[in-house]
Amino acid sequence: MEIPAVPKEVDWREFAVEQLIRLMGVSAIGLVLLIFLFLIKEGGPALLEVPLSNLMGQRWYPTFDIYGLAPLILGSLLVTAGAIAISLPLGVATAVFIGEIAPEWVREILKPVIEIIAGIPSVVVGFIGLQIVSPLVREFTGAPTGLTALTGVFLLAYMALPTIISIAEDALDAVPQSYRNAAYALSATEWQTIWRVVLPAARPGIITAVMLGVGRAIGETMTVMMVAGNAARMPLGLDALLRPVRTMTATIAAEMGEVARGSTHYHVLFVVGLALFIVTFAINLAAAMTIFRRERGGGGRFLA
Amino acid sequence: MNNTATPGKAKLVLHDVSFYYGDQPAVRQINLRIYANEILAIFGPAMSGKSTLLRILNRLSDLAEEGRLEGEVLLDGKNIHDPDVSVIQLRTRVGIVFAVPVPLPLSIQENVTYGPLLGRGRSKGELDELVERSLRAAALWDEVKDRLSESATALSGGQQQRLCLARVLALEPEVILLDEPCSGLDPISTLKVEKALLALKESHSIVIVPHNVQQASRIGDKAAFLLMGELVEYGVAEQIFTRPKDPRTDDYITGRFG
Ligand SMILES: Nc1ncnc2c1ncn2[C@@H]1O[C@H](COP(=O)(O)OP(=O)(O)OP(=O)(O)O)[C@@H](O)[C@H]1O
Ligand SMILES: [Mg+2]
Repeated sequence: MEIPAVPKEVDWREFAVEQLIRLMGVSAIGLVLLIFLFLIKEGGPALLEVPLSNLMGQRWYPTFDIYGLAPLILGSLLVTAGAIAISLPLGVATAVFIGEIAPEWVREILKPVIEIIAGIPSVVVGFIGLQIVSPLVREFTGAPTGLTALTGVFLLAYMALPTIISIAEDALDAVPQSYRNAAYALSATEWQTIWRVVLPAARPGIITAVMLGVGRAIGETMTVMMVAGNAARMPLGLDALLRPVRTMTATIAAEMGEVARGSTHYHVLFVVGLALFIVTFAINLAAAMTIFRRERGGGGRFLA
Repeated sequence: MNNTATPGKAKLVLHDVSFYYGDQPAVRQINLRIYANEILAIFGPAMSGKSTLLRILNRLSDLAEEGRLEGEVLLDGKNIHDPDVSVIQLRTRVGIVFAVPVPLPLSIQENVTYGPLLGRGRSKGELDELVERSLRAAALWDEVKDRLSESATALSGGQQQRLCLARVLALEPEVILLDEPCSGLDPISTLKVEKALLALKESHSIVIVPHNVQQASRIGDKAAFLLMGELVEYGVAEQIFTRPKDPRTDDYITGRFG
């Protein structure tokens, strides 16, 4: 018996769709690569004009041709880490509440509220920060100014929250109901079921949620520019959170408008962009590898 | 010894039990006695309420939204819905194995110790001993003893099902409920599970929803025929499968039915 051949026409369509999908996939990667190349092209001259020791320095005074990137990179990392330290537990807890605990009607109210929070423009958040959060920070910490890293941390945490909540909730939702049933049947309480079965099973999704939250926080510009004080100093020491900081994004946004195109300062700003790109990429890579390793490791470890 | 309906004291007694999902009754007015050291096979067509009835017995039915129970379920004479009964403790005394094995994404060993570790702490030696005993009782020990720390999801379907049985046994329950535990298994795995159950009968009450009438007649000491939520007939298995009293039971087991 002969197996009937697939009609030529179908064959051809399959091929076309496949190629189209491949093209789109490749062009997404291509775009990222182009951005990277563009940053290198515009930032590259800076590497020739400014000695590396200068770029590696700890001070950023463009007026005196001092271009130490460290305070900016550390500034970004500080506010981002601070924001995630707040929004990760809060966001996951909220997702657990919405997905596992809250009754239907509370869920119906909370979900749109979170979407609205996600939609607030960052200028508005910055404005609220200036008017409300910053005076509160000054009052409670006794810092000389309310425009501090901590103020930025609070607002970025607030802005990263909706992302973390909704992605984490999707991840919890994707945990098969049968896992919960199995846990209950093995005499787990509701809390034990959430903590020892649902959350660990949702872990890759939760890591993704955190990564997108990190992306949101580290890339945020307007809000931090408005509330974090913008002093480019090394955020070291215990009181770093109570002092002003400057992030990479705020630096680019604030200074790009004033530099002469093609000047050294101009090129260095692209190097700052390059640094931002690399830091973000590295964080995402680390996260992807964590997830990958867990999945290959067969199920991953459950929290004890 | 098991040709009458009352050998000694009943382990579980159902008294006029009905269960509703919303307004829809899934089981109605069930009266049933389940004894120690016996296998009760609950059989009947799809949607007749077999799974619902099993889940009532360890209060997994509490989890159904809109679910409502009427009547009484007594375990050793104590109503399992009394306010002073801990549902957590009840579920360690009445364990359940589902139709589709759901190994938690953990190692084989961790799957077995999962239940026991939820309660009190136990020493390593105690746990190792419990794991071996449970896996042996589920007829799985020889196949997995060298790979206890490997992921449970890598086991075959039949092995997973026996792992789920072992996991329940590790709770040291008095009653074991099984909801079509062999529905996805090949004949050899099925025989292994059935052999394990026959051995477990010596020390437990077992209630099984078999995946077909043949299995019910192979291992059931007692049998109950459920039809559209109604308990049509209940009695000694051999009698039910050879000389059913109700014509509807006869129709069903001779295959003249839906
Ligand atoms: N969680 C639930 N919510 C609402 N209705 C349910 C639920 N579970 C079962 N039912 C309904 O209860 C009735 C009995 O279902 P049940 O699963 O107990 O039957 P069953 O005899 O186990 O069927 P099967 O042989 O298909 O497993 C069915 O009409 C079913 O639709
Ligand atoms: Mg069923």
